[in-house]
Amino acid sequence: MTRKVILIFFLVFPVFSFFTSLCIGAYNIPLSAIVKMISAKTLEAITLGRFSLELSYPSTYETILFQIRLPRVITAMLVGSALAVSGAVLQATFRNPLVDSYIIGISAGAAFGAALAFGFLPASIEVSAFVFSMVAMFLTYTLAKIRGRVTVISLILAGIIMNAFFSALTSMLKFLMEHEKLAGVVYWLMGSFANADWNVVSRIAIPITAGCTAICLMRWHLNVLSMGEEAQILGIDVGKMRFTYISIVSFMTAIAVAHCGIIGWVGLIMPHIVRMSFGPDHKTLIPLSIAIGAGFMVLADDLARALTTFEIPIGIVTTILGIPFFIYLLRKTGGGEWHA
Amino acid sequence: MLEVKNLKFRYNGFEVNASLKVNEREILTLLGPNGSGKTTLLRCVYGILKPRTPCVYLDGKDVHSMDLRERAKNMGYVPQIHHPSFPYTVLEFVVMGRASQISTFESPGGEDYRIAMNALKLVGIENLADKPYTQISGGQLQLALIARALVQNPKAILFDEPTAHLDFKNQIKVLEMIRRITFEKNIATILTLHDPNLAGIYSDRIALVKDGKIYAIGRPEEVLTENELGHVYEMGVRVISVDSFRLVLPVLNKLRNL
Ligand SMILES: Nc1ncnc2c1ncn2[C@@H]1O[C@H](COP(=O)(O)OP(=O)(O)OP(=O)(O)O)[C@@H](O)[C@H]1O
Ligand SMILES: [Mg+2]
Repeated sequence: MTRKVILIFFLVFPVFSFFTSLCIGAYNIPLSAIVKMISAKTLEAITLGRFSLELSYPSTYETILFQIRLPRVITAMLVGSALAVSGAVLQATFRNPLVDSYIIGISAGAAFGAALAFGFLPASIEVSAFVFSMVAMFLTYTLAKIRGRVTVISLILAGIIMNAFFSALTSMLKFLMEHEKLAGVVYWLMGSFANADWNVVSRIAIPITAGCTAICLMRWHLNVLSMGEEAQILGIDVGKMRFTYISIVSFMTAIAVAHCGIIGWVGLIMPHIVRMSFGPDHKTLIPLSIAIGAGFMVLADDLARALTTFEIPIGIVTTILGIPFFIYLLRKTGGGEWHA
Repeated sequence: MLEVKNLKFRYNGFEVNASLKVNEREILTLLGPNGSGKTTLLRCVYGILKPRTPCVYLDGKDVHSMDLRERAKNMGYVPQIHHPSFPYTVLEFVVMGRASQISTFESPGGEDYRIAMNALKLVGIENLADKPYTQISGGQLQLALIARALVQNPKAILFDEPTAHLDFKNQIKVLEMIRRITFEKNIATILTLHDPNLAGIYSDRIALVKDGKIYAIGRPEEVLTENELGHVYEMGVRVISVDSFRLVLPVLNKLRNL
């Protein structure tokens, strides 16, 4: 029965976070106004403008809700679910409870790719981010493989090295970049939803939804893949499946990084919270990670924008929240028993 | 029937070279010293290691040319060592044996869980179904691995040292279980063992393996002789008959009498 209660909590959590986040900010809007305004807009949209409700709220409400907060909250939720599901998938494919796309360097690779395209190449930022996230992934894995084995710790160490490497490359780009572009890059790199508008939503919604859907459909085979090489005797092409999952995850991470910068630790923590309450079965782990990843990310963003009068980059908030958790996990798992 | 014809495989320096046949409802045991090539042979038969030319046939079909799913539906493999993963429940662990029957975009359904539960009942650990599989004993894990191989519904199963690390009673229990499923499910079974006495009791035929080759193959009473065992293990061996069984003992040297 307690399981049911926790399940309901996990599912209600993102809805709760969604509405809370729309209310709070520099300018607080009451929940009733939010609900009514959204209902009115929805009604208008469904009936193609033939019906509309007359609401007597100040026009600033409308602007803040529809032009500022709503796109920002939607962006945060999409990015949160993308990062959380990425963490869950990477932990399964590498049989390593201590990784996510940030720790193994996928995010840093993507950031470099995005900065490169933004400052110097006539290429699409998203595509360039994706290509370099895959490059970073491949390098980390190759580096971590010592005598045919990838251990929990060797993967993390390789991730640290790749993070350092791609950060250095990105710094180099910043150094070479024109001044008017530089300011934007610096702020974006720290991770932020401050620039999230409908344009951003329109560019990340489809790729991230598609990625999450694909992983959701394929989620049970993550159980099998987490058996490591042994999965081949159960009929799974381990190399091919790993590549498929990792590509989808890199893709989602790259999209998130290209628009909102590097946001670490969310992908590491979310799956663990689900595992602690519901066990490791990916049938439940994946959908619930998506749900609480979305909810957590908007709440963290609320902290980022409402805690102080100026805005703290979200990446800083998640890092401060994430590190104690990582230390706890490292102690608990002992950091070394498994190998891929 | 599982047939191995002129299997040849080389590790740097070590060569395996073998031919053998196992019928359904028959247990063939590979017996031989450490490093004689039993695991390598089993891995070659399954195709985890790939010999250059086709040499393994299941009911006439070339096993190594099957795709992975096809192979898993036909053959099971129970490894010598299992590296534990996330703490899945025993039932979730066993249902993974259904992977070859479940498309990439699907999850196991009620029928798959029912099959897994039946396999757990057959091996006698259905009471552990909801326990994390990382928290059960070595003997219970061996039974869970057997159950996982069973739900693949294979025609042949290869067991690599199914009795390793088990106590006296559990060794018997696991071997009884293997014998039972071999008969009830019409399986062609190959296993490797280190104890010649257990091999004598539970095998229909025994193959003595030495230096990657099959030194002798036949029914237990033909193979478990002082001569053959002495040669394969390079030590003094005594064989005495008790009831209808052969009992193998080492020739005691002086140290034992100190
Ligand atoms: N991965 C490997 N690479 C190279 N040589 C190997 C490898 N694995 C095993 N060998 C060699 O192959 C030979 C046979 O090893 P194998 O593991 O098949 O023996 P075994 O009969 O199963 O031994 P045990 O009873 O100890 O399990 C040994 O000489 C070993 O050194
Ligand atoms: Mg062996």
